[in-house]
Amino acid sequence: MSILINKDTKVICQGITGNVGEFHTRGCLDYGTQMVGGVTPGKGGQTVAGLPVFDTVEEARLQTGANATMIFVPPPFAADAILEAIDAGIEVVIAVTEGVPVIDMVRVYDAARQSNSVLVGPNCPGVITADECKIGIMPGYIHQKGCVGIMSRSGTLTYEAVWQTSNLGLGQTTCVGLGGDPIVGTSFIDCLQMFQDDDETEAILMMGEIGGTAEEEAAAYVKEHITKPVAAFIAGRTAPPGKRMGHAGAIISGGKGTAAEKISALEAAGIEVASSPADMGAAMKRAIEKAN
Amino acid sequence: MKIHEYQGKQLFQQFGVNVLENRVSRTPEEAAAAFTELGGAVAVVKAQIHAGGRGKGTFIEKPEQHGVQLVKSADEAREAAAAMLGNHLVTIQTGPDGKKVNQVIVEAGCDIARELYLGIVLDRANKQPVLMCSQEGGVEIEKVAHETPEKIFKERFDPAQGIESYQVRKLCKKLGIEGKSVRAADKFMKALCRLYVDTDCSLMEINPLVVTGDGGLVALDAKINFDSNAAFRHKEWEEMRDLSEEEESEVRASAAGLSYVKLEGNIGCLVNGAGLAMSTMDIIKTHGGQPANFLDVGGGANADQVTEAFRIILSDPNVKAVLVNIFGGIMKCTTIAEAIVVAAKSVGFTVPLVVRLEGTEVEEGRRILEESDVELVTATDLGDAAEKVVATLG
Repeated sequence: MSILINKDTKVICQGITGNVGEFHTRGCLDYGTQMVGGVTPGKGGQTVAGLPVFDTVEEARLQTGANATMIFVPPPFAADAILEAIDAGIEVVIAVTEGVPVIDMVRVYDAARQSNSVLVGPNCPGVITADECKIGIMPGYIHQKGCVGIMSRSGTLTYEAVWQTSNLGLGQTTCVGLGGDPIVGTSFIDCLQMFQDDDETEAILMMGEIGGTAEEEAAAYVKEHITKPVAAFIAGRTAPPGKRMGHAGAIISGGKGTAAEKISALEAAGIEVASSPADMGAAMKRAIEKAN
Repeated sequence: MKIHEYQGKQLFQQFGVNVLENRVSRTPEEAAAAFTELGGAVAVVKAQIHAGGRGKGTFIEKPEQHGVQLVKSADEAREAAAAMLGNHLVTIQTGPDGKKVNQVIVEAGCDIARELYLGIVLDRANKQPVLMCSQEGGVEIEKVAHETPEKIFKERFDPAQGIESYQVRKLCKKLGIEGKSVRAADKFMKALCRLYVDTDCSLMEINPLVVTGDGGLVALDAKINFDSNAAFRHKEWEEMRDLSEEEESEVRASAAGLSYVKLEGNIGCLVNGAGLAMSTMDIIKTHGGQPANFLDVGGGANADQVTEAFRIILSDPNVKAVLVNIFGGIMKCTTIAEAIVVAAKSVGFTVPLVVRLEGTEVEEGRRILEESDVELVTATDLGDAAEKVVATLG
């Protein structure tokens, strides 16, 4: 088992005819992902990386049986591409695109929640189930099949955590890049639920960052519902206040959002907090040892 | 992206949100003429900078002068403008160096019955924009939010529909807005919500929002930030942008598609990914160093952009060492390696360089660096990299 995707997942790429879309479609194929096609409006009938290109997602799904999509469509058209995937009934929609206007995501988030599709992203590295299926831009070779479920708001920080858990021999089940935007389809809590229900996942590692209250909400959820060991790291404890997190966010959440507040919420929920980004894998190991 | 109060008020007018008549003035003479043109017994001269707290703020060159001043004649308007223009206004939001005032507005006076606060932001928890109001107008809203959050009233709205009339009535009830002012509030708030959505704002604030003696609503201030992600559909932003308000190196970086924030330390950082960039700053501090900047080259950067990133980092005279930390995903390690070689030739590294590469095409990237004659220290992991770069400073 794993979460969201596995060796049987059939994947299309929206935006496959672009440079980035093609490059990462090949990367996923090399990893062993069952890539079955791509979509670019107006370019149906072409072939990219040996895969058929379709004009619409609906057509691609009917012809290939795809149940997941990886989206590289540029920001002006990304919201539309996500809505099209949801409309076509694609079960797992992974939006890698960075720079989608926030107001577009209000509408898209709503549509995703009212559908049977799970949206991951946008502005995320994707999802990978080690040795089975890679959908996204992460370097495959750093992953190793194992017991840790990983979720993160930051792309490259996820790689760092993966690399550390691989080097410690813990390995991963599924790693989910949630995305760094204010509105993303899947939250820490959604992922925690899935990891808790997944038999293979024995421990959970989360990477958060300053701004918003997603980590505080996750901490409260862990305390109530999660029986597996959890470790966490919060990026940005030395970031100057006000530069990245505008005061608007602080108003709405009643002054929450600093690294210190997030760390104390996590610790209060019994989560092992990594002291530095070099300590993430080790913190996971400590959490597992404590639980045993 | 931030804009000036006068630009915000121009947008308000376009969307039918009441503002007072005003004139933008770039010289004391223009300010005097503006007072006469407005024709009232009083007017207010307001410094235009991208920061709040102007009324309480003072000028470095003229400590007795505030950033907002009531004037009663054309001469007084001229004097006030002369005291502000070209000088540096320091407020709680500007930092000690203040911001240079290049323009002021001269605005008509008004009959103030009450001062309220109104703001629209994204409610991240509920994934919708939210309109917030408070009776505590004219004061710092952060303070109200922190000390008495129950005094802030909120209504979320669907971007496609805007705010509904019943929601405005609920807010009016709580704010004590009555009679014909309720109808004015309906028009006012609906127009603001439409503006927030149509112009892709990330923040809008009116502090204070004034209820006038005759029951009307007027935006006495206008603070608007735009969602930079939406720049592709707002070509008009290019003209509204005031580059003099931004840090020069940050302007250069954004022109090159890089995300850069200048900090006070002496270790320059070049990292891919915002989370890893912040973590790199964190670990430098853990090892006793001070980061000179936050720099995320992003995923899709090419060799030219990375070279420009090196130029920007090295143009900061405080930088005594540079740490490159790349975990390639979209970003290929070869791109970074090639850029390091190019930058070494064209920019020249006068300070120690520590490089940690991992991820996509890492072997090839390391080979490019090894075969070049660029002097650098390689690091095996993040902890090692931080330790080595701090050690170069002795």
